[in-house]
Amino acid sequence: MTIHQITLTINGGYEQVDVPANMTLLQMLRDKLSLTGTKNGCNAGECGACTVLLDGEPINSCMILAVECAGADIVTVEGLAHDGVLDPVQQTIIEHGAVQCGFCTPGILISARGLLDRNPNPSEDEIREALVGNLCRCTGYLRIIDAVKDAASRQQALLT
Amino acid sequence: MATRARTEKATHPVGDSVPRIDAEEKVNGSALFADDFQFGPGMLYARIKRSAYPHALIKRVDTSKARALPGVKAVVTGDDTPGFIGLYLQDRHIFCRDRARYVGDPIAGVAAINEEIAEQAVDLIEVEYEPLPGVFDPEYGASPEAPLLHPELSKYEVVNFIFPEPDSNISNHFRIRKGDVEAAWAQCAAIVERKYRIPHVQHVPIEPHVAVAKVEESGKVTLWASSQSPFAQRNLIAKALGKSQSDIQVVAPFVGGGFGSKAGVSMEALAVVIAMKVKGRPVKLRLTREEEFFTTFVRQGVVTHFKMGCDKDGRLIAMENKFFWDGGAYTEYGVNMTRAAGYSSSGPYFVPNIKTDSYCVYTNHPVSGPMRGFGMPEMHAGLEQCIDELAYAIAMDPVQFRKINCIKTGETLVTGMTMHPTGLSECLTKAAEAIAWGRKDPPSAPNKRRGKGIALMWKAPAMPPNAGSSAKVDLNEDGTVTVSVGGQDIGQGTFTVAAQMAAAALGVPMDWVRVNTPLNTDYSPYEWQTVASRLTWSMGNAVVAAARDARQQILEMVAKAWDEDPEYLDIIDGKVISYKSEESISLKNIVVYGMSLPNDQGWIGGPVLGRGNFMPTYVTGLDPETGQGPRAVVHYTTGAQAVEVEVDMDTGKVEVLRGVAAFDVGKAINPDMVRAQMEGGFVQGISTALFEGLQLKEGFLQNSSFVDYRIATSSDAPLAIHTIIVEVPQDDGPWGARGIGEHAMVPTIPAIANAIYDAIGIRVGSPPFSSERVFLVMQDAGLVD
Repeated sequence: MTIHQITLTINGGYEQVDVPANMTLLQMLRDKLSLTGTKNGCNAGECGACTVLLDGEPINSCMILAVECAGADIVTVEGLAHDGVLDPVQQTIIEHGAVQCGFCTPGILISARGLLDRNPNPSEDEIREALVGNLCRCTGYLRIIDAVKDAASRQQALLT
Repeated sequence: MATRARTEKATHPVGDSVPRIDAEEKVNGSALFADDFQFGPGMLYARIKRSAYPHALIKRVDTSKARALPGVKAVVTGDDTPGFIGLYLQDRHIFCRDRARYVGDPIAGVAAINEEIAEQAVDLIEVEYEPLPGVFDPEYGASPEAPLLHPELSKYEVVNFIFPEPDSNISNHFRIRKGDVEAAWAQCAAIVERKYRIPHVQHVPIEPHVAVAKVEESGKVTLWASSQSPFAQRNLIAKALGKSQSDIQVVAPFVGGGFGSKAGVSMEALAVVIAMKVKGRPVKLRLTREEEFFTTFVRQGVVTHFKMGCDKDGRLIAMENKFFWDGGAYTEYGVNMTRAAGYSSSGPYFVPNIKTDSYCVYTNHPVSGPMRGFGMPEMHAGLEQCIDELAYAIAMDPVQFRKINCIKTGETLVTGMTMHPTGLSECLTKAAEAIAWGRKDPPSAPNKRRGKGIALMWKAPAMPPNAGSSAKVDLNEDGTVTVSVGGQDIGQGTFTVAAQMAAAALGVPMDWVRVNTPLNTDYSPYEWQTVASRLTWSMGNAVVAAARDARQQILEMVAKAWDEDPEYLDIIDGKVISYKSEESISLKNIVVYGMSLPNDQGWIGGPVLGRGNFMPTYVTGLDPETGQGPRAVVHYTTGAQAVEVEVDMDTGKVEVLRGVAAFDVGKAINPDMVRAQMEGGFVQGISTALFEGLQLKEGFLQNSSFVDYRIATSSDAPLAIHTIIVEVPQDDGPWGARGIGEHAMVPTIPAIANAIYDAIGIRVGSPPFSSERVFLVMQDAGLVD
């Protein structure tokens, strides 16, 4: 297997990684960089647990090869908080009791962050739409939806 | 006094919706799940060779080519696992030996230096089968014509409350015989008789099963697993391998969803057996999502027959029920579900005459095991539709009918047990009120029809009569408290509840309390299993006992140091205070180092360590012929759900607009987390009602991916779920608490079915109520073209 050396930005830091040609971004994050916050739920792009931001867009990291990410800017759940201050969506997910087992949570947080970055004031339908690829078996979604709404308004309040 | 009241509030978090203690680590990505542990480059990867036939004799297994493949470090087969394993009925080998009984039955296992090589090795294993006729329907399986799947059934080791029928595929037959059913039919003004077929569904935890096993030269086994049941796994694996329980250490970090699938033992023992061949090296077995759908537990399918009748005033007179549970290839765990369905077979109603036969039947389907609700959602699915029909048959409102018949405090249950105080009537009344029962709102579009439905439920923890819990409370130098439990947080929030209870019982602020993780059977106190919605009640009792034990030690020490009576002392907000002398001292520094006696006369006390346990001692056996006995179960949690749905007449699509859930939880230790259970369970129930079902053709699963097996997404959740907490205390629950986790999805299928009837006037019967099915049913009825 050919090994490629790639450089990319992960959670704001510059990384240089040797990756086999068939290694997915998910495997690289978890196995090469010990960023295990990103979860493997299906390895088929169907559950959303492995969602990360790639150049600002939420993608399933199990469906993209690491080599394709050379030069990219990746954000994982570990990169959402800054200087110990949680992202508003992390904060509201806690406050709304929208975490149960926590396995889908990293992917949900990333999808929500991606949504709020491109649409700071989403409607409930837009929130549901943005999360439709993130399966959660515990919460029933309503608290997550409320948390994202709340995060949007807090974010708006911070900006104005 | 005002100050005192505030202080007490601060130190008494029971009843407060404190945030989960594990929330922050779960949102910042640092919470560790089994797959997140790093084992270094020495770790091997396991894959499993699985049966390609639903039922076949295994004539030959040739592993020579696999063994010869570079990178392969171990290959095991059924020859390595002569012992039996199973929770209630020991009917399976870890790797099957002479016979495979479902597509996916493990035949051989491989460990290699990477997953690709392990996969290749599995493909190189040659298995010669002699296919046998299969059983794919439980009613057929129970008939004398069916081929026997377990000819040795009568020789299997079984607990004393499960009754297999020798020389049949019936691994448990539970009977209820109460009153005179035959005579009672004559007194009935209306009788409803119906049959339902409830499909297998899968739990679908978002985290697939993962197990890493390592065996030392000494024989000591360590198993890291995504596990609801580290102690049960230790116990069952030890017995199967002829080891001592103390030689097996199970480490169980956070579980990414369990719902029963990670209870008992399903795939974990496979990793252990493989690891025994490569001592010193960790062996990881991680199931693929495809394997997850059919090689761990699935929920039992069932064919239910109900016949029930009432008099002209709407009083239930008689019921006759037959349940044929599709137990799958092995029913080591599933047998107890069929028992639970039997002893709860009246549903939450007073029924004077009842006859039930609940059969657990072997089939060549995936192994049926525990799933959220443990038989109750499947049983209630039909039962609560029949109740609705019976109400209409005598022209009575279904809510009124349920008010008359629902079980009330002090009534005699189907087993002869007396019902403890219950708030079921209150749940029903409040749920009906919240859904605005009787008010018909117009549909949102001309091509839609709107309807409301309601259903009741009950469920008791189903477990051995003596399932035990224990807990430990350690005090640290700074007065903080470390609680150790053996019950697992699978998302339901049990660690938070344990911390709340310990803080309240001890008298310290909530944020002084930590809960020891991950669970480790070498260090954590014993817990039977994280199942049956039993932890808040059973483990909670143990935690309270441990905290009170620690509290007593502290009070006695301080009383001696102050020369006072412990009775006048209290612990409030982390300080010991005396109501008599008004002295006060912080727990800091005294709970580890003790206290010095006056005038330097030495020291008393020492590190405070509280211990507590709990085990119900009052559950009795039931007569095998009649199912009668003084106390069948520890208690029942009861509740009601109501829904409003819209049916799209063009597509058959059913949309749940809003839901109401009302449950009697005895006491909500953390009301917000109780509500979260009610909501999450509701949506899981909606998912099983509308979308889910394993499509098995002659034992082969057709839909083993999220594309083909759809679960509810964010767009399927109702607009709102209104939750109502009813609190009629449980006499032996901590602060009166009972469980709620599983109950939350028990009545959802029939509530939706009844609402569909209200909307379109058709009984849809067996789930799932997919768009296609509902449309076809409407077409058959001539409602649409």
